[in-house]
Amino acid sequence: MPAVNRRSVLAAGATGAAWGALPYRSARAQAANTVKIGVLNDQSGLYRDVNGPGSVACVRQAIADLGLAARGINVDVVVGDHQNRPDVGVNISRQWIDRDGVDMIIDVPTSSVALAVNTVVREKNKVFINSSGATSDLTGSACSPNTVHWTYDTYMLAKSTGGAMVRAGGDTWFFITADYAFGHALERDTGNFVRAAGGRVLGAVRTPFPGTTDFSSFLVQAQASRAKVIGLANAGGDTINSIKQAAEFGVTRRGVKLAALLMFISDVHSLGLQTAQGLVCTETFYWDLNEGTRAFTARVLPNMPQGLRPGMAQAGCYSGTMHYLKAVMEMGVPAAKADGTATVTRMKAMPTQDDAFGAGSIRVDGRRLCPAYLLEVKTPAESRGPWDYYKLLQTTAADEAFRPLAEGGCSLVRS
Amino acid sequence: MLDFIENLLGIPAPLLFGQLLLGLINGAFYAMLSLGLAVIFGLLNIINFTHGAQFMMGAFVAWMLLAWGGLGYWWALLIAPLIVGATGVVIERLMISRLYKLDHLYGLLLTFGIGLMIEGVFRNEFGSSGLPYRIPAELSGAWDLGFMFMPVYRGWVVVFSLVICLATWIVIEKTRLGAYLRAATENAALVQAFGVNVPRMITLTYGAGVALAALAGVLAAPIYSVNPQMGTNLIIVVFAVVVIGGMGSILGSVITGFGLGIIEGLTKVFWPEASATVIFVIMAIVLLARPAGLFGRA
Repeated sequence: MPAVNRRSVLAAGATGAAWGALPYRSARAQAANTVKIGVLNDQSGLYRDVNGPGSVACVRQAIADLGLAARGINVDVVVGDHQNRPDVGVNISRQWIDRDGVDMIIDVPTSSVALAVNTVVREKNKVFINSSGATSDLTGSACSPNTVHWTYDTYMLAKSTGGAMVRAGGDTWFFITADYAFGHALERDTGNFVRAAGGRVLGAVRTPFPGTTDFSSFLVQAQASRAKVIGLANAGGDTINSIKQAAEFGVTRRGVKLAALLMFISDVHSLGLQTAQGLVCTETFYWDLNEGTRAFTARVLPNMPQGLRPGMAQAGCYSGTMHYLKAVMEMGVPAAKADGTATVTRMKAMPTQDDAFGAGSIRVDGRRLCPAYLLEVKTPAESRGPWDYYKLLQTTAADEAFRPLAEGGCSLVRS
Repeated sequence: MLDFIENLLGIPAPLLFGQLLLGLINGAFYAMLSLGLAVIFGLLNIINFTHGAQFMMGAFVAWMLLAWGGLGYWWALLIAPLIVGATGVVIERLMISRLYKLDHLYGLLLTFGIGLMIEGVFRNEFGSSGLPYRIPAELSGAWDLGFMFMPVYRGWVVVFSLVICLATWIVIEKTRLGAYLRAATENAALVQAFGVNVPRMITLTYGAGVALAALAGVLAAPIYSVNPQMGTNLIIVVFAVVVIGGMGSILGSVITGFGLGIIEGLTKVFWPEASATVIFVIMAIVLLARPAGLFGRA
């Protein structure tokens, strides 16, 4: 009896092992055909509405629009909150790549975090598509063969918004700058345009980031400088508080102009048109721009948090994911997973095309080129419906909107 | 005199006065918030880390009253503290009251957790960029003081919070109710023996401290972005204020609140990058020299 017992136990064990091995094998087969995308951004802080869950919805929309399941390609999406801290961003990136098998990291607002993640992805030979980060160094001194900078950058903002302010007579500037990589880059790039146009930068004040809520002191310093333009080299909640308090302190009533160097549609929504009207800003995407943008917005809107209309950073996640997956389809999943540099090289060789941005291209330094739109916030009387916030002042063509290739100092350009 | 100041400090005197005034305004918020914390700590021995979330709730309730109920700023000033105070009473009854016998640390952890949860719920519901709330018509506009442009609303904030601070101090130090409260902190059993319902008094005290935070939130709504993280940014500074003033010292927290607001304002002129840290440097120095705080009893 004991022998029978032992045999049946062994048999049961063997059967169990065989059954256990089956799903394991198919999981392996599946993994070979699965691409893993990590959306890394601010899920809980002052930039959440600019990217956050909205970016995740846009990434998923791109996957749905491509109909990849029918082609036998699986795409997994994981989400991480970097809390605007470089150390947290680096930890999550390493864990994702080393342990979870993430192939591509997308979004990454907060330039200091973006630069840190840029280094990690290059070291691990994966793919980094930056949509929400701003610093133009990502395609300049810090450029990488594994990185595409997708949606906008500080140079393009400086040229479009800064250039327009100078042309309108704003030739003396004072900057209120968020004290980290992004603010410094935006102040530097804008200052260069102001000086090149014959204007002067009278001063700047660096505000602690994150954690500054009261900007009145800095606004009063800016007023005291007698500059004609106060350049806000900050973003998200900082920009909202700056503009709100500038209105309170009557800054603009004395003829001083505010330059919101980086403003998103969610910021305008938060401020309300009464406060935001007349402000000029630059975006590469506006939901109500054309048929394509409206169609994309209609598709993604049911999944956007709090009914937010997608802004340019989020739409960039849609566009970037779509282009990456097109390259993966061309290369085949195993080849794309094996070599991030090769994938990015393939992405650069293909023109970009989607509903949100229309046609575009990626330059050798990793800069995605698309038109830049100079927009003015409507008055409450001009706005005809919910989220009808912008009127288009001027379009800068894709090949003129960004920094010329030779001026960035990117090592990929020389080689 | 003005020339002397300018020569001494190297900045224009008008700018200096402007910054002193702005510092005073921020100090008013610090004072109001640290006052609530001091009241709660002084009488309950609980370090209320939910305070920032309750400040934020005050601002949000003001927004809800306007957007959903059509009730403006003045009603919000009255109703929002009552509503948020009532939620405080519920939290105290259901959870905090179970921890009085334990170490301070447990109360701190509990209130910290509750704060995170409240913030998370609001973030899920309203996003992060905040909601618009306008300055009431009666308080909009500004005075030209010569050296700076002073919004009427900011003046109102300073005056109103001074009145509230004074009123709270009078209630606790000069009235019969305050005497009961202070006695209960010294020896709860004895006070109870005289027929005073001590547990109820403690619950209401917590509610009142929370209401003070909410009141500050309503005051802040028109000038700061009404967003779920507005309390987090402020509350760490406010804790430093309470520690510097002396835990539980009401007068200390008020004076320190205004004082540190001014010091921070000046730092924003001379070394803006350090303005977020200056208060913590002062805290470290005070803790080294006087561990009980400037006004605390050792």
